[in-house]
Amino acid sequence: MNTRNTKVMNRFDITSRLIARLKHEEAVIGGIGNTNFDLWAAGHRPQNFYMLGSMGLAFPIALGVALAQPDRRVFALEGDGSLLMQLGALSTIASLKPKNLIMVVMDNGIYQITGAQPTPAASVADIVAIAVGSGLSNSAWAADEEDFERLVEAAMSATEPSLIAVRIDDKPGVGTTRRDPVQIRERFMHGLGVREPL
Amino acid sequence: MAIAGQQTSPQATQGAGEISWHGIVLQTLKRNEISLIPYVPDRVLTPLIKNLHADPFFTTFATAREEEAVGIVSGAWMGGRRGAVLMQTSGFATLANVLASLAVPYQIPLIMFVSERGTLGEYNYGQSLVCRTMRPVLDSLALEHHTITRLDELEFIADRSIKQAVTTQAPVALILNPLLTGGKTFDK
Ligand SMILES: Cc1ncc(C[n+]2csc(CCOP(=O)(O)OP(=O)(O)O)c2C)c(N)n1
Ligand SMILES: [Mg+2]
Repeated sequence: MNTRNTKVMNRFDITSRLIARLKHEEAVIGGIGNTNFDLWAAGHRPQNFYMLGSMGLAFPIALGVALAQPDRRVFALEGDGSLLMQLGALSTIASLKPKNLIMVVMDNGIYQITGAQPTPAASVADIVAIAVGSGLSNSAWAADEEDFERLVEAAMSATEPSLIAVRIDDKPGVGTTRRDPVQIRERFMHGLGVREPL
Repeated sequence: MAIAGQQTSPQATQGAGEISWHGIVLQTLKRNEISLIPYVPDRVLTPLIKNLHADPFFTTFATAREEEAVGIVSGAWMGGRRGAVLMQTSGFATLANVLASLAVPYQIPLIMFVSERGTLGEYNYGQSLVCRTMRPVLDSLALEHHTITRLDELEFIADRSIKQAVTTQAPVALILNPLLTGGKTFDK
């Protein structure tokens, strides 16, 4: 699917649709800024992890979770500008082939949170083509909201990692994550069954 | 292919049954159940990387950048699996942001092995300058680090430091000095 034919959707709406489909304590990693703000706003879950820095590392962090817990599906939400910073991670993921990893790219063509400046990729590059070229053949643009939900459903039983790219509007994130990194990490580990609360 | 360091340091020789720095590192990782090893290579690390790849206990793989590797082992830790990152000094120089925004504030026991280049016979001026940035960055975050120069101290330092990182939930950098590994020499 060419990016030009895709509907322009909304990050919070798409995130809420994803969360509503999660029935098996799937892990979700929110990237820097808006992706984790909207993940927070969609309703905190114990299996959510919110990044407060480390721009570009949502997919690598999710890869680590996916390698540690191969029986759990792991989602990662990443902005287009963030992904541009760490394109090599796509090849790492392609070579390791964790089938339980599902990457969602929120593509607004801008660094929304820092003042909506266009990214260098905005008018020249195609994220799905980059992902396919990096070895992630199971990558697709979501044509609209229904198509996104269909792609999520397919990813739940995929036999290779999935990447879903979504064209979104220029709206900021809806919520504001509580910036308490130790508590975020600790509660995430409880949510993944790695630790018990004190 | 022979490793430059192995020719210059008797401690670093790799022979059947002989004790080598990389053999000790591998066994110490295994004993501490550290099984996920992402790395960006360094010439001196070659025998360690090769032996890690050959051992099915470990999941060993290259990443495109060192901070990507830090993200991976951080995620793995939270998911209940231990990892360690292997890199060169210049790779460490790319990590200030991820150390300060992920590993330290989230209290993740990030275990880093850094092959030290830029000192004790460096021939590339840029490498020697990059090397000088490493300890100030570590110190600025009050991050635990040890420079390992002796084979007889390696196991003690590595084993204790890994256990301390895990129990105190704090990152550690283990710097493998040329005195231990032989380093990379002028003629290569
Ligand atoms: C290494 C680094 N460079 C720059 C920044 C500043 N910064 C924070 S978020 C952001 C933009 C993120 O863009 P994108 O991932 O596309 O998300 P969006 O804001 O568009 O939702 C930038 C440049 C940073 N935090 N880290
Ligand atoms: Mg963006």
